[in-house]
Amino acid sequence: MMSNKVILEVENILKVYPNGIVANKNVNFEVHEGEIHALIGENGAGKSTLMKILFGIETPEEGRIILNGEEVKIENSKKAISLGIGMVHQHFMLVESLTIAENIVLGNEPKKLIFFTDKARMLKSTKECLKRYNFNIDVNDKIEDASVGVKQKTEILKSLVRGAKILILDEPTAVLTPQETKELFTELNTLKKQGHTIIFISHKLNEIMEICDRVTIMRNGTTVDTTFVKDTSKQEISNKMVGRDIVLQVDKKPAKRGKVCLEAENLVYVNGIGKKALDKVSLKLRKGEILSVAGVEGNGQAELAAILTGMIKPVSGSLKINGIKIESLKPAEIRKNKLVYIPEDRMVNGCAAKLSITDNLFTNKIDYFLKKGNIFLDKKKINKQSEFLVEDFHILCGSINHQVQMLSGGNIQKVVAARELSEDAEIIIAEQPTRGIDAGASELIRRKMVEFRDRGAAVLLVSADLNEVLELSDSTIVMHNGKVNAYFRETGNLTVEELGYYMLGVKKQTETEVNAIL
Amino acid sequence: MKKTNKMSVEQVHTWFEVLRFASAIFIAFAISFIIISFSIDSPFSAMKNLFIGPLTSFRRFSTVLELMIPLTFGGLAVNIMFKANQFNLAAEGALFMGALVSAIIAIYMPGPSGLVMVFAMIAAGITGAIVCAIPGILKVKWKCSEMVVSLMLNYVMLYFGTYIFNQVARDPNSAYKASYTFREGVTLSNIISGTRLHSGIFIVIFFVIATYIFMFKTKWGYKLRVTGSNINFAKCTGIGVAGVIMSSQLIGGFIAGVGGSTEMLGMYTRFQWSELPGYGFDAVILNILAKENPAYIPVAAFFVAYLRIGADYMYKQSDVAAEIVAIIEGLVIVLIAAVAFLAKLKHKMTTKASKNLLESGGAQ
Repeated sequence: MMSNKVILEVENILKVYPNGIVANKNVNFEVHEGEIHALIGENGAGKSTLMKILFGIETPEEGRIILNGEEVKIENSKKAISLGIGMVHQHFMLVESLTIAENIVLGNEPKKLIFFTDKARMLKSTKECLKRYNFNIDVNDKIEDASVGVKQKTEILKSLVRGAKILILDEPTAVLTPQETKELFTELNTLKKQGHTIIFISHKLNEIMEICDRVTIMRNGTTVDTTFVKDTSKQEISNKMVGRDIVLQVDKKPAKRGKVCLEAENLVYVNGIGKKALDKVSLKLRKGEILSVAGVEGNGQAELAAILTGMIKPVSGSLKINGIKIESLKPAEIRKNKLVYIPEDRMVNGCAAKLSITDNLFTNKIDYFLKKGNIFLDKKKINKQSEFLVEDFHILCGSINHQVQMLSGGNIQKVVAARELSEDAEIIIAEQPTRGIDAGASELIRRKMVEFRDRGAAVLLVSADLNEVLELSDSTIVMHNGKVNAYFRETGNLTVEELGYYMLGVKKQTETEVNAIL
Repeated sequence: MKKTNKMSVEQVHTWFEVLRFASAIFIAFAISFIIISFSIDSPFSAMKNLFIGPLTSFRRFSTVLELMIPLTFGGLAVNIMFKANQFNLAAEGALFMGALVSAIIAIYMPGPSGLVMVFAMIAAGITGAIVCAIPGILKVKWKCSEMVVSLMLNYVMLYFGTYIFNQVARDPNSAYKASYTFREGVTLSNIISGTRLHSGIFIVIFFVIATYIFMFKTKWGYKLRVTGSNINFAKCTGIGVAGVIMSSQLIGGFIAGVGGSTEMLGMYTRFQWSELPGYGFDAVILNILAKENPAYIPVAAFFVAYLRIGADYMYKQSDVAAEIVAIIEGLVIVLIAAVAFLAKLKHKMTTKASKNLLESGGAQ
């Protein structure tokens, strides 16, 4: 149970990255034994850096870390683990081809005859562990067959088995369904009762209010405040976080749906390992509406977005923009129909990290920024546009000539959004546009999408964030196993729980209901 | 406030690059000095010859500039392909074939010599473009590694070129393996008498400027840089990446071909290469030294040329093997390319600069 004993304390941490960016300065906070301590802040506020320091991935230039009253130096993760600090990363560090039990004991497997893993003892010890912490999973399953929720539990168990007393969870709910999130929270409470301390990094205020005891707010690399959750409010936390008032709800007028501009019929796509990633998917996107595609990741949404933008070609099925067939066209030709695309992975498809911010802001409309004669770049016009977008999208940067890779994740996402949303787009394909970015940036991008909708553009929003789906979209389809599992013409009456059932395939609409979209 | 913060960190970084370059060169020379000390009695005078050799006479200094010309051509050619993230080394073969084609034209084509030279250069450029396009086509069509193909292709070009040379241009009356002499007047004019420095230096200056403008001021250069930086992103935003990759090799090959031609018409009166000249391979070194910035390619070329001429002088004066230069070059490149070399010092300096600004109130 939570006591007032300070288990971990950090004092005046200063961290400077090799490129000169000061990621942490004057960072001070303390964690009490047996509490769930939230760490919240915008992107680039320095949360991840701070956690990396605690887990020994980065070393601070200055400052002290005090664990159980003694100053410690955490040079690497091995040291952190030996000190009883465990971390569950946002991207899981698991061996896909091994079973859950094997992953849990990996590195300190029980041995027999020196070389061989003692399977019986391994199973026994992992099962005991499951029982002790009240986790409900089958340790004989392979990781590659496990759901995201189970993978996360495996990660938590991995840390616990290694003796972690303090658990750092980096945005643990970002990839979970509401049901899985609920389960996770129950488990975290169990751990808390058993005396574990949890540091919970999140952007989601609701979750912090629900599960955390205290919250530390970071802004601009510095810790701003630490308070008891029960003494504060969502509005107060978010104000401190961004240093200004933000509207948590995007104001939205009812949709004025126009004619169909994007039409997909019976799309089939078979992925590299021969699995049908898309199985006869049909949809219609109308002008002036936001149609969201909800679903647990890996159920075909990514493939759908890639086909709609011409990045991959469907095996069969047809695709039309304003009645014209486009399924065999290249991305460049598809974009000519005023279609813009915010890709899911900003580092892979969204930017050229080594080029400057300016160079990243006009890639999709080069022709518009040429001098007479259409050969030479109009640097003046480009810089002006760049200054404007940096201002308009609140991109935090030293100069528009800095490399994109020097920015924080959220600011890179803003660069991507600024580039794509700044033209008079008619069809917007936005794939997880606010994933992993802070409330301020999310609000901005969401508001922009609604603005475009009101101007008569059609928006297809692929999102795993159900609150975003509910808040933004006019209509919703749910994908499960490469198929459209449900279609809701009006998102308004839906709840998170209801959506969750369809995402997991517990509930399923009939074909007639789904075909209502057509 | 924020700008000054970043500025000073950037200043630190610029200053640091200079320091790093200087210490890389210093260490390279120190090690070479040790090696030289083993082989001869007067290592100091040998080193002195290496350093000041090229400055001992005007003629010798002009040879540095002469050598710079083909090096720079190769460097620019490879630069364009590298910037598109294509590790195409066929510039070597392109330069060789370009030289051969222009030599043949210089021998046989009738007409005013100026016209012949222009024609020879353009033909050489086109030949070079074709040579470099081969790995490009294979890459775009079948995803063959352009590096492996181009390395092999260079030898194909050498022997194919030698075959053509033997069939078409070889002078049977020559005592050594050489072609017929070029037609009277078909040669790039000498610009300083008493040296072999030829007007090709103006051609190369033109190409340096043109490459720089192409790379940073035109839409093609922009597309090329985006594609080279992240091909998925380029594709995603509607850049025709296959076209960009192909044209980068065509342009690179063209420059290499013109380089071969310039070298041939400027320095020779008959074609006599029986080996690959090596400028295409040196180009990789230049690009590492110049950090892939076309504006720095001539500087890097000067550095390498100076070293080689100095080594030649040292060899003649003090009997130290000229190969010592290969050691120095190698060491400098290893130290420059090693990202972690002096990284700790750099980080300390960066931290200090950032902190100073924090304290002086220039916080972000």
